[in-house]
Amino acid sequence: MIVQAFAFYLFASVAVAAGVMVISARNPVHSVLFLILAFFNSAGLFVLLGAEFLAMILVVVYVGAVAVLFMFVVMMLDINFVELREGFLQYLPIGGVIGLVLLAELVIVVGGWTLAPGTAQIAAAPAPAADAISNTHALGALIYTHYIYLFQAAGLILLVAMIGAIVLTHRRRPGVRRQRIADQVRRSPAETIKMVNMPPGAGI
Amino acid sequence: MLEITLAHYLTVAAILFAIGIFGIFLNRKNVIVILMSIELILLAVNINLVAFSAALDDLVGQIFALFVLTVAAAEAAVGLAILVVYFRNRGSIAVEDINLMKG
Repeated sequence: MIVQAFAFYLFASVAVAAGVMVISARNPVHSVLFLILAFFNSAGLFVLLGAEFLAMILVVVYVGAVAVLFMFVVMMLDINFVELREGFLQYLPIGGVIGLVLLAELVIVVGGWTLAPGTAQIAAAPAPAADAISNTHALGALIYTHYIYLFQAAGLILLVAMIGAIVLTHRRRPGVRRQRIADQVRRSPAETIKMVNMPPGAGI
Repeated sequence: MLEITLAHYLTVAAILFAIGIFGIFLNRKNVIVILMSIELILLAVNINLVAFSAALDDLVGQIFALFVLTVAAAEAAVGLAILVVYFRNRGSIAVEDINLMKG
């Protein structure tokens, strides 16, 4: 119990600190790195909650793909980030007020809220005991049966996003020589070979 | 204090959510950091979903969190693609310059 509480406070405090650094870091590259740290610690929280599969998905998909995508974009675009930080202090008060109001509202909601009695009995998909089958197994048994259409829709969303991103960023640059197989096949000797009758001893 | 309950996780998620909102206001000029703030907000939502899933012994929360992750990944990919195209055309990603469609 002590270890669990210690791990929770460690993961939670590091995640929150990393979140603060994400929005306040001077250099966006550092922001991305702190975002990765926040994701890692949230994955730790997920493990503490018994959601191992989601924790691994968070590490693999978010740290492995999304954060690296952010990193690529940040480093690829040649942007003067100092210029973008102008007005940082100007927006600080209003942003701080709104953030604090939101946080106070959320804390009030969390503090004054209780589960209705009997809520646990009406679970749509009761989680099996952890020692019976693993979390991944239980999730798979549910996703591939009851939620198969949603699962397919999620795959379709990813496909659309992939095609959209490729279509958006793909460009045909002029002046680039690229191989065109059709042109190569269509070439005939008549238009490519030129017969020249050279007198002996003369240059071209 | 040593007993970690649902409220602890909800508090962490609420703090992360507020940080995300705060980040959007703080970095009004930098679209990349705004996108990262949105990722933080979605992360807070996921923590909430998984915490409730664990507290209520209901796996549906985790499945929903999985779909949220999917949509968030797609959103990040398309958002960054739009950002790259915009930067290629305008040479800047300052939010104030993005008003061409105002008419």
